[in-house]
Amino acid sequence: MISSDLNDDGMYMEIQTAIRDLCSRFPSSYWRELDESRMYPERFVEALTDAGWLSILIPERYGGGGRSLSEASIVLEEINASGGNAAACHGQMYTMAPILRHGSEEQRERYLPEIAKGQLRLQAFAMTEQDSGSDITRIRTSAVREGDSYIINGQKVFTSRVQHSDLMLLLARTTKRENQSRSTDGLSLFIIDLRQAGDTIEVNPIKTMFNHETNEVLIRNLKTNSSQLIGEEGKGFSYVLDGFNAERILLAAECVGDGRWFCAKGAEYATHREVFDRPIGRNQGVQFPLARAYASVTAAGLMRRSAAGLFDAGHPCGPEANMAKLLASEAAWQAANACLDTHGGYGFAAEYDVERKFRETRLYQTAPIANNLVLAYIGHHVMGMPRSY
Amino acid sequence: MNIVVCVKHIPDPNLPAEMDGKTLKREGVQGVMDPGDEFGVEAGLQIKERLATGDGESGEGEVTLVSMGPAAAMEAVRRGLSMGADKGVLVSDDVLKGSDALATAKVLSAAIQKNGAFDLVIAGVESTDGYTGTLPGTLAEFLGVPHVSTVKEIVSADGGTLKVNRQTADGYHVVEVGLPAVISVTAGVNEPRYASFKGIMAAKKKPVEQLSLSDLDLSGDDVAVKQEVTELSKAEEREGGEIIEDDGSAAAKIADFLKEAKVI
Ligand SMILES: Cc1cc2nc3c(=O)[nH]c(=O)nc-3n(C[C@H](O)[C@H](O)[C@H](O)COP(=O)(O)OP(=O)(O)OC[C@H]3O[C@@H](n4cnc5c(N)ncnc54)[C@H](O)[C@@H]3O)c2cc1C
Repeated sequence: MISSDLNDDGMYMEIQTAIRDLCSRFPSSYWRELDESRMYPERFVEALTDAGWLSILIPERYGGGGRSLSEASIVLEEINASGGNAAACHGQMYTMAPILRHGSEEQRERYLPEIAKGQLRLQAFAMTEQDSGSDITRIRTSAVREGDSYIINGQKVFTSRVQHSDLMLLLARTTKRENQSRSTDGLSLFIIDLRQAGDTIEVNPIKTMFNHETNEVLIRNLKTNSSQLIGEEGKGFSYVLDGFNAERILLAAECVGDGRWFCAKGAEYATHREVFDRPIGRNQGVQFPLARAYASVTAAGLMRRSAAGLFDAGHPCGPEANMAKLLASEAAWQAANACLDTHGGYGFAAEYDVERKFRETRLYQTAPIANNLVLAYIGHHVMGMPRSY
Repeated sequence: MNIVVCVKHIPDPNLPAEMDGKTLKREGVQGVMDPGDEFGVEAGLQIKERLATGDGESGEGEVTLVSMGPAAAMEAVRRGLSMGADKGVLVSDDVLKGSDALATAKVLSAAIQKNGAFDLVIAGVESTDGYTGTLPGTLAEFLGVPHVSTVKEIVSADGGTLKVNRQTADGYHVVEVGLPAVISVTAGVNEPRYASFKGIMAAKKKPVEQLSLSDLDLSGDDVAVKQEVTELSKAEEREGGEIIEDDGSAAAKIADFLKEAKVI
């Protein structure tokens, strides 16, 4: 098995052991059944929350664990490496970042301690819209100021985990795009209390190829107090960008976890399955794709480590975080295919879990950002080639 | 009530075992707290918690972990502390390398006595590496207290007595024992809790006393190895098992087989 690549001191190993231990109480049959019934892993998320793992990025003064991103990434990596799927709850870990970094002290005091205690779930982030896609500056959801409040109208798509969240972050236009000199200005970020939204918010589930609660969210005349605005009006996009690096790094860790699971599962099967009187893993056609995937996953793990290290040291890490997400999502997919091939027909049988993990890990190449856009960022921002977007 | 739980650091049983001559290689391999000891720690914590909330004797008292092993065994102690135990004692000494079960029992009993008055000592039935199963009984002998083996359920505990169910081949015994005593618990006696983030952080601040052999007033002679492994051979491959063709009587035959095996 690929050991974690961050194991140089204390807390990493301890976190790894503790998460492995916790996850061992939720075997693959647990995830398989949820997948079949498309249910939310309520019991798992509760266990993770109660044990304090989902709040380790919240500073200690608000009751969280106050640990680094490198350490938080181990939690998500191990969940996926155990055969589970962290996508059900990773939002709880990082969606609070804009409040922490750009919210008022009043907002932090109001929300972070309860989030840290696990009494309040903030794990929905409504950004994507149908008509704008990856071009976020073209979103149409609008927030119009009226006295002390904003009136919000619009339509979001692929808003994950809304049905299992108390709060939702929402990106909306407060000034029309054409009235701004920069397209990225005029967007604002709000904390929406879903418990008080009543029928101003309509949630329509979107069925996907995996067990991932995601939705279309229709917002009609939602009145929200201006105290729910994060930071300054019009600066929302920069706050979102600010959280991207952490999100990319954490997702890269999940991909590395998936990659480890596929490699271990594939290697195990290749060693024990005998056809033509020998283990199939003796055939280089079976062994080498797994070995190659293992190398890719390990390399992606190092990229993620480097990005997380820069992030924790407070250095810019946009290129590294994006490259980590790109490489890790591709490595996981490479490992997924090698593992599926190794399993022959059984790879498609639900009871082997391979097909489930295969479906789950495919997402990382598309969301929360399509890999093409990562490449466009590297090509333009890092390498200086002409802009495509 | 003061409870002592014996914990052992062993090579990770999920990895292939490596040998060092005729003994198990212990250094430089990935180690873990013996999974069997997690049940002991959980049992200790549960008794302490039950007493703290029940109306019997107050919950005063501590759960102390005692371990003998190389410096790396600190990991097992920390693990137990992060589950919730109060403090630890780790006996490490180069002289103890390769100790047999008798020497281990001697050392653990000395460490337990040095730690102070105790009401209950809990150990696993057998370790997941050596499997001698002799330690708990030997330890009780050295401590001069009764021993109840293979405890599958702890029914009640108060200051003076402990009531337990003890697994037997065909059922269980209900045993009441006066304290202090040693019990060995089976895997499955409870569901061990996992360490929480707060538990891990708190464990960093809990005291662990590190002792050498001389701290226990023991000499090399006291712990000289008396047991020798003379030969090692691979376990026989399991045979294919018996296949019962169903001619209408298969169910009865299977039931007979299970009865013979004392499964039903
Ligand atoms: C399961 C799931 C959960 C999600 N959860 C959330 C959520 O919680 N919150 C949220 O806000 N969003 C969420 N999303 C949305 C996700 O972030 C978007 O799907 C993603 O950003 C891509 O946007 P799009 O689907 O509109 O694709 P489009 O932008 O339409 O892109 C389609 C294709 O064109 C390519 N493309 C577009 N522009 C360029 C370019 N300039 N150069 C090269 N290629 C380009 C893309 O790479 C992609 O391959 C989720 C999506 C899924 C599937």
